Amino acid sequence: MFRLLLSTAFILTLAVPSFAHKVWLRPSQTVLSGAEPWVTVDAAVSNDLFYFNHFPLKLDGLVITAPDGQTVQSQNQSVGKYRSVFDLPLTQQGTYRIAVVNHGAFASYEQAGERHRLRGSAASIDKELPADATNVQITESLGRIETFVTNGAPSTESLQPTGKGIELIPITHPNDLFTGEEAKFRLLVNGKPVKGLAIEVIRGETRYRNSQDEQQLSTDANGEFTVTWSEPGMYWLETSTTDEQTSIPRAKTRRLSYAATLEVLPE
Amino acid sequence: MKPRYLFFRLTVAVMLVILLLAVQLLVGVDAVTASEPDSAKLEVRVQIPQLSVSEYHRPYVAVWVQDSQRNVAANLAVWYQIKGKQEGEGTKWLPDLRQWWRRSGRSLEMPVDGVCGATRPAGEHTLQFSGDDNRLASLKPGDYELVVEAAREVGGRELLQIPFTWPVESRFQKSVTGETELGEVSLTIHP
Repeated sequence: MFRLLLSTAFILTLAVPSFAHKVWLRPSQTVLSGAEPWVTVDAAVSNDLFYFNHFPLKLDGLVITAPDGQTVQSQNQSVGKYRSVFDLPLTQQGTYRIAVVNHGAFASYEQAGERHRLRGSAASIDKELPADATNVQITESLGRIETFVTNGAPSTESLQPTGKGIELIPITHPNDLFTGEEAKFRLLVNGKPVKGLAIEVIRGETRYRNSQDEQQLSTDANGEFTVTWSEPGMYWLETSTTDEQTSIPRAKTRRLSYAATLEVLPE
Repeated sequence: MKPRYLFFRLTVAVMLVILLLAVQLLVGVDAVTASEPDSAKLEVRVQIPQLSVSEYHRPYVAVWVQDSQRNVAANLAVWYQIKGKQEGEGTKWLPDLRQWWRRSGRSLEMPVDGVCGATRPAGEHTLQFSGDDNRLASLKPGDYELVVEAAREVGGRELLQIPFTWPVESRFQKSVTGETELGEVSLTIHP
């Protein structure tokens, strides 16, 4: 029993640092116009918002939903030392949902009396584990990192929930955020509202101030919450929770996380 | 052959003279209308200041009337870079007119007839609207604000407002002065 607790604690400490860092997508612009405007997006895992000082974000799970609801491809993908970059031409009018969806797993196991850990995809981690592995602990993870950009007038076709993991549903459109105005959103966990989900909202440029100045918010019974933007800027919104709806037979818990980058304009 | 050719040339010459006279007459008549200030029900004067900066671009300017809920009641003018290598090239910077873009620009099909025009140089520009202009005719009696927003590439942005009540019983005039991107902006309404 003690051993189980110890290994659970070990998995938790393993998992926590990777989430203590901030994962984000940051578009060059969020409100655009013209015949065919382009945005370029930076993707990184960092300590500060929005600076490249830790890891590039892998783009394997990049899913871009166009205003008509169809999936479109990015262009000029590149992964550097500290950041990943891709471009996106906005050929349609309306709102694009840009997301990196990661479906992964962490495992810890014993082999020949030694403790090992493994990180992989949810689909293949079972096969990657050695056949003689004992005392296996697997935690599944489903994360969504998002941002939104709009060409012309904002639309909501691309913002329809998929019902998987945590998703942000706009009541206030994410590309219509202004200082001094309240914005209201709904968070869905597996397509359903959850009360009391803890949300953290931090404005970027953390390097140039001494405190994070984060806002701690919580969802109501409808999964809704309200944010007031004190200053214009790029904001980072994050939340996470756990459930037991694992797709890996040997995994008992699934960690769900969500992060979004939102631009707030001055009046 | 020869006299007939001469006759043809004469006819062409006479037609040209008539055409020139007609053009002159038209231009003359037009000039008289434009210099007649009292024919306008509503007049907006917008001063674009002369700026001494290393890289100058003419500002994008939007002039509109909004109601007390900040809904656009009338779009009066939008000046932006209409010419470009590609069609619609200048519309790329229209969201820089932030308030106008949010209130109405982003849901409009550009260019809008009678509203859109090319960017203008530094100096004073006058916009005149007659009482039977669609945009004024559809204004319900009430409190409004004239809003003038200017945004300049590699420059700043400024927004000026003049509150007014529609319609007026006596001549209304008010002006405000900007600090950076706009000079004096004045609104005159005739009863």
